[in-house]
Amino acid sequence: MSRRRGGRTGYLLLLPAVAWLVLFFVVPLYSLVATSLYDPTGSDFRGYEMDWAFGNYLDAVRDYARPLLRSLVYGAVATVLCLVLGYVLAYAIAFKAGRWKYLMLVLVVAPFFTSFLVRTLSWKLILADDGIVVRTLQAVHVLGPDGRLLATSVAVVAGLTYNFLPFMVLPLFASLDKIDHRLVEAASDLYASPVIGFWRVTWPLSLPGVVSGTLLTFIPAAGDYINADLLGSPGQRMVGGVIQSLFTDANDYPAAASLSVVLMALIVVMVLVYVRRAGTEDLL
Amino acid sequence: MSQAVERPTTTGPTRSDEAADGYDGLRLRSVTRTFGAFTAVDDLDLDVPRGSFFALLGPSGCGKTTTLRMVAGLETPTSGTITLAGQDITHAKPYRRPVNTVFQNYALFPHLDVFENVAFGLRRRRRPDVRRRVEEMLELVELGPQARKRPHQLSGGQQQRVALARALINEPEVLLLDEPLGALDLKLRRSMQVEIKRIQTEVGLTFIHVTHDQEEAMTMADTVAVMDAGLVRQLGAPAELYENPRSTFVANFLGQSNLVEGTVTRRGPDTLTVDMHGTAVTVPTARAHTDGARGWVGVRPEKVLIGEAGSALDAPGGTVPGGIVTDVSFVGVSTQYLVRMPWGQELQVFAQNTGRQQMFGRGDAVELSWRPEYAFLLDHAQDAGAGAQRGDEG
Amino acid sequence: MRGGVRGAGPVAWVRRHLVLLLGVLVLVYTFVPIAVVVAMSFNTPPSRNVYGFGSFTLDNWLHPCAAEGMCAAVGRSVQISLLATVLATLLGTLAAFALVRHDFAGRSGANLLVFVPMASPEIVMGSSLLALFVATGFGGRLGFWTIVVAHVMFCLSFVVVTVRARLAGMDDTLEQAAADLYATPAQTFRRVTLPLVAPGILGAALLSFSLSFDDFIVTNLNAGTTVTFPMYVYGVAQRSVPMQVNVLGTVMFAVSIVIVVGGELANRRRRAVV
Repeated sequence: MSRRRGGRTGYLLLLPAVAWLVLFFVVPLYSLVATSLYDPTGSDFRGYEMDWAFGNYLDAVRDYARPLLRSLVYGAVATVLCLVLGYVLAYAIAFKAGRWKYLMLVLVVAPFFTSFLVRTLSWKLILADDGIVVRTLQAVHVLGPDGRLLATSVAVVAGLTYNFLPFMVLPLFASLDKIDHRLVEAASDLYASPVIGFWRVTWPLSLPGVVSGTLLTFIPAAGDYINADLLGSPGQRMVGGVIQSLFTDANDYPAAASLSVVLMALIVVMVLVYVRRAGTEDLL
Repeated sequence: MSQAVERPTTTGPTRSDEAADGYDGLRLRSVTRTFGAFTAVDDLDLDVPRGSFFALLGPSGCGKTTTLRMVAGLETPTSGTITLAGQDITHAKPYRRPVNTVFQNYALFPHLDVFENVAFGLRRRRRPDVRRRVEEMLELVELGPQARKRPHQLSGGQQQRVALARALINEPEVLLLDEPLGALDLKLRRSMQVEIKRIQTEVGLTFIHVTHDQEEAMTMADTVAVMDAGLVRQLGAPAELYENPRSTFVANFLGQSNLVEGTVTRRGPDTLTVDMHGTAVTVPTARAHTDGARGWVGVRPEKVLIGEAGSALDAPGGTVPGGIVTDVSFVGVSTQYLVRMPWGQELQVFAQNTGRQQMFGRGDAVELSWRPEYAFLLDHAQDAGAGAQRGDEG
Repeated sequence: MRGGVRGAGPVAWVRRHLVLLLGVLVLVYTFVPIAVVVAMSFNTPPSRNVYGFGSFTLDNWLHPCAAEGMCAAVGRSVQISLLATVLATLLGTLAAFALVRHDFAGRSGANLLVFVPMASPEIVMGSSLLALFVATGFGGRLGFWTIVVAHVMFCLSFVVVTVRARLAGMDDTLEQAAADLYATPAQTFRRVTLPLVAPGILGAALLSFSLSFDDFIVTNLNAGTTVTFPMYVYGVAQRSVPMQVNVLGTVMFAVSIVIVVGGELANRRRRAVV
C-alpha cells in the first residue's frame, strides 16, 4: 500500500520553501566565505577586492583566540549544566508528572515566549551586587566580602544556561516520553535497583534525546553574546560580540566574516566528533 | 424493522440494461496486483452473487485485503477487470464507486461526532433528508443516544458499529468489511458476528467480509473463498469447504485435519481403496482430489472414533490398530487425544464428552476408526503442513 | 525494588518524590526572572541610572508608551513578525506536506536542508545574510524587508518540523475512508485533512511569531536603522532602562500563558472520556 504519492506535486509544494532556504541560508554562507577572503586592506567606502586571502583566517584566530576559546568553553559548560537541570526536569515530567504532564511541559516553555532580553535584564537585577543572591552567598562564605556575580563568567554561564534550557528539555522529554515504562519495571523485576535501572535502561534509551538536546543547545550557545554583553564585563566577551562589532562598528567585513567562518568551522568539527562518538542518531 | 433495498443513485457511471456481460453481482476477472517483484494477487477470478454474504478467508499476506482494496478503489489492479452489475469499475476512483468499506481500524473521523461521521457520505452526495436517515441508521445499530459523542468517547464495540453505520447508510451495491472485528474481545466479537449477519439479512445488500479467522468466516458467510498467496484455493459454502477440502491448505486452514500418507491400490467408480501403512481404507471417489498413485488420506479429528485395542468399533470400513495415547487434553466439551500410530505419526482425535464414552489415559493402547464417507484424499505433492496455523489465531 | 516497608513521615515522602520535587524546583527557577519582570513593572527605580527596586507605582501601566521609542519599536516588531509568520507558515506548511506525503528524489537532502538552520548559531546566519546583502548591493538598504527575509528564513525550519510532526502522526486511513465515502480529493482535504492538521499549523504559527518577535542577533546585523523591540531593549540596557519595558514583558508573558494554558484546557475538554 503506497502511502507516498509520486509525481511532480511534491517538488512544487516544496519549491518555495527550498528556494527561500537556498537563497537566504545556503547562498549567504557562500557570500560569507567569499567576504572572508577579501583583501583586508579594502574598506566599505573604497570597496573590497577578492584576494583569496586565506591569511585572514590566521589573523582571526591569532587576534581573537581568547573570545573564540571562551565562547566554546562557556557554551560547553552551559550545555552541561543545561543537561543536568534539563534532564531532571524532563525526567520528572515524563515519568513522575501523571496528569500534569502536558501542563508542566507547557509551563516549561511559557516563560520563553517573553522577550529574552527583558528576562536577561531581570537576571542582572537578581544577581546584582547588593541583591539577595549575592548577599546570601557572601553570608555562607561561598563568595568573599567583595565578591560579585555580575561581570564574572559565572553570571554569563548562568545566563546562557537559563536561556537555552528549553532547547535541552524538549528533545530530552520527547525521547524520555517514548520509553515504555514497562521496560523499567522489567529491569526491576530482574533485580535492578532504581539507580541501576536508570543507568542501564532509561539512560541508554534516552540517548537520542541527549544528543539532539546537546547539539541544539551547544551550537547556538557558543554563538550567543547577549548574555556576555549584559551580564559580563569586557573580560567575558564572547566571539559573537566581536563579530558583531567588527561588522557594525569597525566595518571590517573581511575580518568579521573570517572570524565567523572560523567559528562555524570549529563548531562543525566539534559537532562531527561528538556525533561520531555518540553514534549516528537520526536527528531528523 | 426491515429496510427496503432501494436502488442507490450514484454519482458514478450510469447503468444501462444492456450491461457488458449481464452479471448483476461483483465479478473479478484475471485480477493481478504486483508490487515490484512481489505478487500480492495472482490472476484472480471471483464471482460474488448479488445479495450474498461472501467471505474472503486466508492467512496474513494472502492478498485478501489487497483484493478488497481493489474492489473499493483504494488500489488499482496491475491487470484484469472488475465489473459491478455489468459496469466496469476497474479504474474508477473510490468516490465514484457504489462501494463502501468498514475499515479494520474503523477510521472514524476524530474531529466529527457520531452523527456527522455517519452522515458524511450522504452529505458528500448531497442526499436529502440527512437527519432522518442518520437517525434511522443509528437506531438500526443501536447507537441513538450516542449521536453527539466523539469517537474517542466510545468503546471499541460502539466504534465498530459507527463504522458499520457510516458505510451502510449509503446503501452501496457492495459493502466491504476489512477484518472489522479483529480488535474486539471474544464475547463481543461473537455477538457482533451475529449482529452483522442479521443486518445483512435485513438489508439484503452484498457483503464481502475479509478475515483470517476461519470460525468467523464460517459463521457469517454464505460463501467462503479461501485465499493463499494471491490465489483462491477453494470456493464454496462453509460446510462444503470444511467437510470436503480439495487441498491440504484448505484442510489445515479450516479446522484441523489428520493427513496420512497412502498408496492407491484400487480405483473404482464409487470408491477408492488406499493402503495406509498396512491398513486398507476406503475413500469415496467424489472426495478423492488427486489422480496420482499416492495421496494424503484426510479425516477430521472429530470424525475419528477411538476405542480400546481389540474392541469392535462402530465404523465399517476398517479399523486402524496399534495406537498409543501420548497426550490427553480435557477441553470441557470434548477430550482431545494425541495418538501415536505404529508408523510414527501422531493423529488427533476429538471425542465429545457425551458421558457415555470411556476416557483414556496416557500410555493406553487404542485403535481408531472412521466412517469412509468422512475421509478425503488429497494430492501427495502438496505440503501436508500447508495452512496449519500456530496456536490460537483470531 | 528491594523488599521492605516504606517509611512514613516527611523525610520518606521527600525521598519518594525527590525527582518530582527537583523537577518542580527547576520549573520554579525558570519563572524567577518572570516574577522579577512582573514586579519591576510596578516599580519606580530609586534613581535614573540604577536598575533596582524603588517604590510601588502604577504609572508604568497607566502610561505604557511614555518611554520614548518603545511603542514604535513594538509596533515595528509586530508588523515584521506578523508578515514573517504568514510567509513562513505558508511556505513551511506546503513543504511539510511535500516531505510527508510525497516521494521524490532529494527528499532526504531537503530534510537536511530544513533541519540545519535550526541548529546553526545565529551570529553565523546573521553574518552570512549581511554578507549577501552587501555583496548584492543592498548594503545601504537594510531595514524592514531584509529583516522580514531573515526571519522567514529561520522560522521556516521550525514550521516545517512542527507541521510535519502533526501530519506524520495523522492516521492516513482517514483520507481513504473519506474517498470511500464519496469525497473528492478537494473535499477530503477540506473536510478531513485540514481540520486535523490545523492545530499543528496554528502551533507552528505561534512558535514562528514568538521566534521572530524575540529575535535579536540576526535582526541586529541586518536592520540598518530600523529598530525592533529586542533591539530597543538592548539599546536602553546600555543606558537607562525604562520600566515600561517590564510592562510589555509582563503583557507578553500573560498573553502567552493565556494562549498556551487555554489551548491545553480546550484539549482536555475535547479528550474527556465519558
